[in-house]
This record gives sequence, C-alpha cells and structure tokens, in this order.
Amino acid sequence: MKSVKKPKIAVWKFASCDGCQLSLLDCEDELLDVVGAVEIAYFLEASRATIKGPYNISLVEGSITTPHDAERIHRVRRVSKHLIAIGACATAGGIQALRNFADVEQFTRMVYPNPQYISTLNKSTPISDHIKVDFELRGCPINKYQLLEVINAFLNERQPLIPAYSVCMECKQAGTPCLMVSRGAACLGPVTQAGCGAICPAHQRGCFGCYGPKEAANPFALAEYFKGGGINDEKLVRLFRGFNAFADPFRQESERRQSPEPVRD
Amino acid sequence: MVLLDRNTLNQMFEALAESGFTVIGPTVRDNAIVLDRVNSINDLPVGWTDDQERGAYRLKQETAGAFFNFTNGPHSWKRFLYPPQLTLFNARRRNGDIELIPEKPTDEKFALIGVRPCDLAAIGIHDRIFLKDHHVDTDYRERRKNLFIVAVNCLNPGNTCFCTSMGTGPTAGTGYDLVLTELFDEDQHHFLAGTGSVAGTKMLEKLSAPPASPALLHHCDEMLKEAATKMGRNIRTDELADMLRESFDDPYWQEASAACLSCGNCTMVCPTCFCATVEDVTDLTGETATRVRRWDSCFNGEFSYIHGGILRQSTLSRYRQWVTHKLSSWEEQFGSSGCVGCGRCITWCPVGIDITEVAGKFWEKKYPSRKKAATKRQQPREVLIPVN
Repeated sequence: MKSVKKPKIAVWKFASCDGCQLSLLDCEDELLDVVGAVEIAYFLEASRATIKGPYNISLVEGSITTPHDAERIHRVRRVSKHLIAIGACATAGGIQALRNFADVEQFTRMVYPNPQYISTLNKSTPISDHIKVDFELRGCPINKYQLLEVINAFLNERQPLIPAYSVCMECKQAGTPCLMVSRGAACLGPVTQAGCGAICPAHQRGCFGCYGPKEAANPFALAEYFKGGGINDEKLVRLFRGFNAFADPFRQESERRQSPEPVRD
Repeated sequence: MVLLDRNTLNQMFEALAESGFTVIGPTVRDNAIVLDRVNSINDLPVGWTDDQERGAYRLKQETAGAFFNFTNGPHSWKRFLYPPQLTLFNARRRNGDIELIPEKPTDEKFALIGVRPCDLAAIGIHDRIFLKDHHVDTDYRERRKNLFIVAVNCLNPGNTCFCTSMGTGPTAGTGYDLVLTELFDEDQHHFLAGTGSVAGTKMLEKLSAPPASPALLHHCDEMLKEAATKMGRNIRTDELADMLRESFDDPYWQEASAACLSCGNCTMVCPTCFCATVEDVTDLTGETATRVRRWDSCFNGEFSYIHGGILRQSTLSRYRQWVTHKLSSWEEQFGSSGCVGCGRCITWCPVGIDITEVAGKFWEKKYPSRKKAATKRQQPREVLIPVN
C-alpha cells in the first residue's frame, strides 16, 4: 500500500450536549473505514491526544452562547480548510436558543446563586452567524449516515447528498401511513427537512421538527390547518419552539402566533 | 364466470405460493390498510372498512366480515413494480480504470391481490411509459414479466373516489389475470371470478369452482352500475386539458396553492407519479461507487435544479406543475390523463387539498352557469391531537 498522508479531521464543541459528536463514535461498523480514510487529529471526546492543525475538515458542534466562544470560533475557522457545522445547535442555535425569546438575565438570576459570575450572550446563535460555514448538517442529533456522507463528499470533492425535502418523502418511501391523516395527530413532518429516516412517525409519534425547516417550508399553512383542528396559538408556539426554534421559518411562525392577529408574510 | 367461496379463494393463495409467487395484498397495519405480503385470506382486512375525506382516513370495523369492502389506502402497487429505492449498478476502480458491475435484476415473482380498477389503469399507464418503444426500463420489465394480477371490482366507492370521471372504474377494464367481485348472497360470502389471461384461466381450472348463475351475474352487473353512481368526487374532464394548458398565469393558482406545504405526499401516494432521481454514492476511499434510483417529486426544490439554481422556486409553480402535468400535459406526453381517479392525493394530503375542487374551479370560471364538478359528502374534520 502506498503511503499517502491522510486528511486530518478535527471535532470542536461549543454549547451543546455532545450527542452529535457522539454520532461519529457511534459509527461502529464504519469507524474503521473512517479511521482508514482520515486521521482523527483533534477529537477530545474520543482521545486526549491531539495533533496540531491546520485541519482538512473541522466538524463543529454547538451554538455560540458566550463571548469567549464567539471569539474561539474564529480561531477554529482559521485552522480549518473545510468547516462543517453539525447538529441543530450549530445550525440553528439549538434548544438553548429558547433564551432568544426571553430575558437571559432573568434566567441567570433564577438559576445561579451568584449570577454576576456568569458571562453569557443574550442569544444562542448558529455558527454561520459568526463565520463562513462550508456545509450545515442538520439534526438533533445528526444522522450518522448523513455525517459519513458529508465527510465522504468532502474527501471525494463532490456535493453531499443531503436532500432538503420534507420528512414526508422518507416517511412515505418507508411505507408509514401518514399520522396526520390516519389518526389526526399533529406532525411537523410536512415542514421539516428529511434526514432522520422518519423515525417518529414509524413509531406512531408526530414529527418534532428535529432537522429544522425544509426548503420552501410553509409553516403558516400547516399552523392554520392545526388551528382549524383545535390547536390554539399557545400550543402552536410550543410546537414550533423545539430544537430548531430559532431557525427562520419556525421562528417566524412561533412569533406570528404570539402576535394578536396572525397574518401571512 | 365462476363462483369462489372463502376456501377456494384461500386455495388460490396456496397455489400462487406453490408456483413461487410472492403474494402481495391489502392488510391492516398502523391504522390503515396497506399493501404487504399476505399468506392467506386471514391476512386480508377481514371485516374492516374505511372512511375517507380530504386529509382524513379512519379504519372502521364492520360485522359482515367482508375481505374487500374498503377503498385504496396510502400504498399503491408502484412500491413493488417501481420500488422507492433501486440500485442500478456498482462501480469500482481497477488498474487505473473504472469497472462497472451491473446489478442483477430481481427474480422475485409478484402476485398482486386486490388491485382496484383505478390502480389497474395506473399499472397500464406505467406499462406504456416503461415498456413502450426504445425507452424500456429493464427493472420494471423484469418485475412486470411474471406478474399475476387479481383485480377486485369496487362495489362501495369512497368519499374521495372519482374513477368514473376518469373512465377507469368501478369495473376492471383490461390487464388482469383474474377479476373478483365480492358478494354476500343469502348469508353466502363468495367471489364472482372471471379470467383475463391464459394464466388466469389455468388458475381457475386448478381451483375447480362452480359456474355462476345468470341471475347472479345480472345482480352483480346491477350492483356495479349502482357503484358507479356512488363516487364521492367527480371531475369534468371534457375541455379540462385545454383549460389547464391555458391557465399558466391564472391568479387562481395563488389561492389553490396557498395551503400547499410542498411536502410531496400527493406524488408519493399517486399510483402514476414515477419521477425519480439518480444518485451516486461513493465509499470513503473513493474506490467504489453505487448508483441508486430513488423516488423524487416535483414538489422538491432539487427536482428542478439546473445549472444556476432551482427553476421552480415557489410552491405555486410546483403545485401548478403537478396539477397541469397530471391532468393536461400528460395527455400529450403519454396519450392519456395521468390521473386515474383513485383519490389518494385528496385523502393523503396532510392538509386536505382536493384536486377535484381545483379542477372544478377552472371549469366554473369558464362556464359559470353550467353544472359544476361537485364535491359532496364533506364531513367536519376531527379535532387533532396536539403533539406536546
């Protein structure tokens, strides 16, 4: 075998739960192939041993919530050839972006005995609000096969095959009867991007919107339909305020439902 | 025409399995009647029926114990003849060259039980598209070659059915091996069976069933005639293709598509929609690649992606494309309407958009005084269950 210098991968954590980077370790069957194809140079969740940059691919997990992180992300960008944001936190601000709709100081006062030591930003924001991102891989958590596909695409210098269409496309192809139609369940599938394999509907549970808004999403029409079925505005706000609450179409819809007279843009 | 009872019908399942067929038919799963493997009459939706409305489907148990007293569910037979995902070929690098490894076509023989007349027409449309002339889809050809089709006539059309408008039902036309009509006669539960092919005739011979009386045949004809009048929906198709062809700038599209989520459900459940995308998947080392065909939809942005961007950006343009292709330009392209009147797109649209209503509006606009394409028997929607 010819000895070729393997591309270096780094994994970075910002405000997040670690679940997305865990997807890489979760690759089990494929992990040896990954290690065969790339050098995992910086991945603190897997190993304390680190190799200096620059890195061919940086996977960035988490959102920016502190002044320190807002500065650190620029350093990560400088040492990375390709930077890929992974997960709902890195691509939309995550569940912690619920603070964006409230007063963060009120939270710190409630939670910490000495809030003066807390240095935090008013908003939790996605990585792309701070630096140029080469690709955003959605999901809470991301799908490990999609992660492999993105790494694969960057290594082979091709477009990643990550469709921006609805969860319904996957749900129907899997043969799951629509929960909205067959049971009257509220499901965010029609406005949510595919990628999870439509797991929740397959287990008789409506989609939570973990992969964020699909391309050309129409949450207004879906919300109006739910409203006609008896779901009030308060519940609609909660429906759209999940892991991707701050992703634009979901954010707009939940804010619209909080205003007295919801109107289409 | 012969008369089968439950036992002889069950013998047909056994005979098909013995001949090496994978038997696919309707069965109850996840609150719906879906299409899957069925081993005997016991796997059929015995005693089940359904209520359908725009955006709503509910299973219901009834006492008579009928096998086929329901209308189409969310699945169509294209799942088996034109699968959602298909590997076309593999490729690998070898001595500086690329070697193509063709994918072996399936040798699975399918017997489809309970194909409704509208779906039979849909298979006919796919036959014309995939088997005609020079553009033969080899995978479809292999799956189609050994197909055994048992059609079932519809005596109880649903709320979203409009096959009479499209000229496809409720009595099966051509293209089946056997056709059944389920009858309850003086506490007798039986199936009037006719044949449409040599294979069908051989099967009936094997089952050794008695011939049906002329009186019963007449009764059956009367019931099917009555069924034709029980459609929950209808479309006026005369002039419709022309109207839609000229509708490009019609402001009504705005209204018609306002509720559309561009989720693609209508195209997934449609028995004739066959758009697919072709994807190449590589391994991490770039040594091997696989070409996969996957169902796609004109409601997806990437579907109309060409150099420079997505051609159909708005949901309006996607919805208009789907309706006008299905009911108008399909005729020029493939020689028939692309719609068979099965009603799935109406029932399985998560927000209940009704293609017959949209088509009817164009008719009304042109001829305000004429009888409009009626949409009847609408029921109030049930209260939805909130997710959190």
